[in-house]
Amino acid sequence: MVAIAEKSLKRRSRFQFILDRPKVLGPLFVSPAILYVLALVGVPFLLAVYYSVSAYTIYSQSYKFVGLSNFFQIFQSDIFRTTLANTFIFTFGSQILGLVLGKFGALLLLRPFPGRKIVRALIVLPWAVPVALATVAWEWMFDSLYSVINWTLIALGFIDRSDAPNWLGTPHLAMLCVMVVNAWRFFPFAIVIFLAGITAVPQDVIDAATVDGAGFWRRNYQIIVPIIAPIVVVGLIFGTVFTFTDLSIVYLLTMGGPVNATSVLGFEGFQVGILSGDVAHGAAISLVMLPVLLVLVVVMLRFIRRREI
Amino acid sequence: MPRPFATALREGGFFAAVAFFVILAAFPFYWMVITAFKENSDLYDLSNIPFWFNEMPTLEHIEYLFQQTLFARWLLNSTVIGLCVVAITLVTALPAGYALARMTGRNGEALGIGIFLTYLVPPTLLFLPLSRVITVLGLQDSMWSLVLVYPTFTIPFCTWLLMGFFKAVPREIEEAAIVDGCSIFGAFVKMVLPVSVPAILTVVIFTFTLTLQEFVYALTFISSSAQKTITLGVVTDLVRGDIYFWGELMAGALIAAIPVAIAYNLFLDRFIAGITGGAVK
Repeated sequence: MVAIAEKSLKRRSRFQFILDRPKVLGPLFVSPAILYVLALVGVPFLLAVYYSVSAYTIYSQSYKFVGLSNFFQIFQSDIFRTTLANTFIFTFGSQILGLVLGKFGALLLLRPFPGRKIVRALIVLPWAVPVALATVAWEWMFDSLYSVINWTLIALGFIDRSDAPNWLGTPHLAMLCVMVVNAWRFFPFAIVIFLAGITAVPQDVIDAATVDGAGFWRRNYQIIVPIIAPIVVVGLIFGTVFTFTDLSIVYLLTMGGPVNATSVLGFEGFQVGILSGDVAHGAAISLVMLPVLLVLVVVMLRFIRRREI
Repeated sequence: MPRPFATALREGGFFAAVAFFVILAAFPFYWMVITAFKENSDLYDLSNIPFWFNEMPTLEHIEYLFQQTLFARWLLNSTVIGLCVVAITLVTALPAGYALARMTGRNGEALGIGIFLTYLVPPTLLFLPLSRVITVLGLQDSMWSLVLVYPTFTIPFCTWLLMGFFKAVPREIEEAAIVDGCSIFGAFVKMVLPVSVPAILTVVIFTFTLTLQEFVYALTFISSSAQKTITLGVVTDLVRGDIYFWGELMAGALIAAIPVAIAYNLFLDRFIAGITGGAVK
């Protein structure tokens, strides 16, 4: 301690007064992070809002204000309405599937058994590995000719080579595929979230409830579920936000096809705004995600606040 | 009364369920490995059983990757981008996390949540305006645009993670140093940072893996092969027109995925603590 004191006495400079005041130092410490985020999230966000009410394309870069006409136009398009419906189907379908898998997986991993660590490491893989790379592996498994899934079904005698499904080339099957891949990507996350929640419930609370005569279901639904609810909701919102706005799985597996059957908002915004260069309409399509995101964030805030009381 | 039959049935069911989950999660990766080392003639022969090697395993796909494609360049690009983003994130998120944990009281909490929420602003909402911003800055089609943009999600996440961690560091550590004549800044650098090495390491690992996982911004901003990241390069450059080089694709995906998978598994528990913001105490 003496050494530290001497050193800092030597270093006392005229800037010392700044470094000694929490009122000055605090904002000084926070500002780089805040400024960075404001400049590259806040400003682009406002820019996106402005694009959506302008006539901006990469070919004619005019900031002319056109009101809400971009939004009226996209809502009149059949492709957009299909996309909107697809996005909800994709999000809810894959989240529900992911949650069910997650809950069962967590129940299994709760029990100690030999090799549990290795099992957990393997189960976490889909979530750990970059989604684009894992999606390509699935694309290969769904291949129209060399699909290993079809090979297995044929070998087991369920189907014939002639009527083997073309997974990514049939509208409903393609939707199922993107949902399965997304659920597959998120279920390890759901498992881990459930596990973190359940192991956080104090054992004495459960013991006390047992002594008071609560059975398995009562313990589960009146004690454990309310305690783990905040963390599960936070995890669920994460999953929903990233699924609702996702682009990579659809881009890599189906490119929105066949015939827009798997087109989702994130992908359509990319298609129109980047590939076609119609920035104004692309921005409008992306911004349609905003109301849903806001609702999710408000719910999330309520849960984060609640745990602090 | 032990009922061995019922017990065996229950145990069998349990391990069958575990096996189901392991196969579900890991099969695509097994498939990557098998494909990456198979001869093409083995790969594209429908009469072969696809689950194992029918001919000798080969390294030709991996050789092709390094000799005929820019794979090594993509590895380098991703490493450079990752390191730069880690540096930017540490310089901004460390002080911010500390200040939010210690100095600004109730406003700090609100500000912390505010920063965290920007993590939820999706790339698909921002890529259009950001691609214009990048053009204005002259960074279009350059990997440096990713160095600029990636901190927009790593800073919020890491600030939140570090805030939770710094709250757990006892104030007495700094107070003792301040009594001994340190400034608050000095106490932060000399006393708090050294005990925070595990947290800093976590931030480094996660920032790095987040940059490796990112796909949307890379896809939007980069089009020339030499500037691509490993994730983008593998999934876009190994497909020529309609022809997929499955062996090379799987080999590339495998090599890129291995380090991320290992890092994630090692730091998983800390990641969860970060995401739930210490909701579990």
